[in-house]
Amino acid sequence: MNTIAVNKSFDVATVRKDFPILNVEVHGNPLVYFDNAATTQKPQQVIDTLNDYYRRYNSNVHRGVHYLSQVATDAYEEARLKVSKLLNASSSAEIIFTRGTTESINLIAFSFGEVFIHEGDEIIISTIEHHSNIVPWQLLCQRKKAVLKVIPVLDNGVLDLEAYRGLFSEHTKLVAVGHISNALGTVNPIAEMIATAHAHQVPVLIDGAQGLPHGKVDVQSLDCDFYCFSGHKMYGPTGIGGFYGRMSLLEQMPPYQSGGEMIQDVSFACTTFNEVPYKFEAGTPNIADAIGLATAIEYLEKVGWDAIAKYEQELLRYATEKLTLEGGITIIGTAPDKASLISFLIDGVHPLDAGTIIDHFGIAIRTGNHCAQPLMDRFGITGTIRASFAFYNTFEEIDRLMAAIRKVKQMFL
Amino acid sequence: MTIAEKEEQIINEFRFFDDWMDKYNYIIDLGKSLPMIDEKLKTDSNLIKGCQSRVWLNADFDGNVITFTGDSDAVITKGIANLLVRALSGHTPDEILNAELSFVDKIGLKEHLSPTRSNGLVSMIKQMKLYALAYKTKASLKS
Ligand SMILES: Cc1ncc(COP(=O)(O)O)c(C=O)c1O
Repeated sequence: MNTIAVNKSFDVATVRKDFPILNVEVHGNPLVYFDNAATTQKPQQVIDTLNDYYRRYNSNVHRGVHYLSQVATDAYEEARLKVSKLLNASSSAEIIFTRGTTESINLIAFSFGEVFIHEGDEIIISTIEHHSNIVPWQLLCQRKKAVLKVIPVLDNGVLDLEAYRGLFSEHTKLVAVGHISNALGTVNPIAEMIATAHAHQVPVLIDGAQGLPHGKVDVQSLDCDFYCFSGHKMYGPTGIGGFYGRMSLLEQMPPYQSGGEMIQDVSFACTTFNEVPYKFEAGTPNIADAIGLATAIEYLEKVGWDAIAKYEQELLRYATEKLTLEGGITIIGTAPDKASLISFLIDGVHPLDAGTIIDHFGIAIRTGNHCAQPLMDRFGITGTIRASFAFYNTFEEIDRLMAAIRKVKQMFL
Repeated sequence: MTIAEKEEQIINEFRFFDDWMDKYNYIIDLGKSLPMIDEKLKTDSNLIKGCQSRVWLNADFDGNVITFTGDSDAVITKGIANLLVRALSGHTPDEILNAELSFVDKIGLKEHLSPTRSNGLVSMIKQMKLYALAYKTKASLKS
């Protein structure tokens, strides 16, 4: 059976020791966690950082002259710097912290939309977007009587770039596309797509929720205008994320929420807003989790982005070959460039039925439409089974998934 | 048989399974073997939406008891739906409204009726009770 050559160069046993949750048992079996595209597990280092923050220097930021406030402020701003380096932003002020990708896109849809989107304008998104990168634009279009244009997707899950180029008009004001599809794994050619948009003087927002977990991003060489991400999908805590925004745009955008932190001067006659990034961070920010995110980034750097990418691709290749050899499996999304996730169907078995049985073997996979209903409609299906791999997963775990799939076939077919 | 007696009967049928897989095989058999609903009744208005598995539910009232039929595109969901229909179908609106349906918990399938499961079964039970309430109201208006 084991005809597939496996490169065992990555020391997965060592990294697994950093993730305490991997020792959990589910339904009497050791957990196999293949739902990494939904959220990743946290290394002990991140858990320790959170613990340490609350035990030693919890304090509000940017306000107090007292010692602890200074320590917390430094750590929080250090975290911003860490993110800005990871994205290669030209200044850390271009990094805005939010709760995650969804909040980032909503913030931009509101603030950018307020200034730049008017009646009759057009916004381009794609068929393979997550609902978080569809609905905020729909609402903006309703508010402003603007028009949403949608890039079609080819049968293999690759965006139709020719159609994309044809969507531009003098009314196009923004392109918002995902870096990597959470439902198919397709890696979109964002550099090329950004260049196309910029040739029409149109700014581009990248939904990087699934991008950043798999590798560093260089917003300067990509030349993108916004890049949104979620900390919890890149081994950081939940409730923290953010986005990169081009300074010249951020300066023109009005605040999203208002209150403390984001103001410079308040009188009942007139309020002046604080500078970017604070203008967009109303209220006490999520200090602990921002600092935890910085630890996650440090951790990923220590493991090594190249090693992670290489190993994840090996897992992807191994799983793809196993599923193909198995037969009776339809893989949805066969783009040449994919991140380490596979959407598939077991022919003749409802994904939910399969998921229920697979769960009983202690294997966490995802079933359903993956918050990408328009994409499911495009492929004429209601959902898929999705296995998404992280660098702490192993080839043996994929074998366990295959065994569970064989059991599912026995039970249902 | 009362609803409670039927629930007891179902609990007894499941008593023999000590292995989760045997239990699921039985539910899968229930889901596969029984024709549950007339294809003509699988209409959009009988469809319970917004779920990972689609569930259809039809109700007929003869002035005394309600007859339910249902279906699902997922086999496990259909098997469990089958048990729910078996328990509640053929009873008066009052009996249905008062039914506790604790058998689901007792046969170890409670997780399938959690609101976050999104298999449509929670909505199906709600819908069955709504039918009972509607028919009860209708009947009391007539008399
Ligand atoms: C492509 C994509 N965009 C956006 C989101 C939303 O991220 P969050 O829920 O962290 O805001 C997700 C998460 O599932 C995603 O996969």
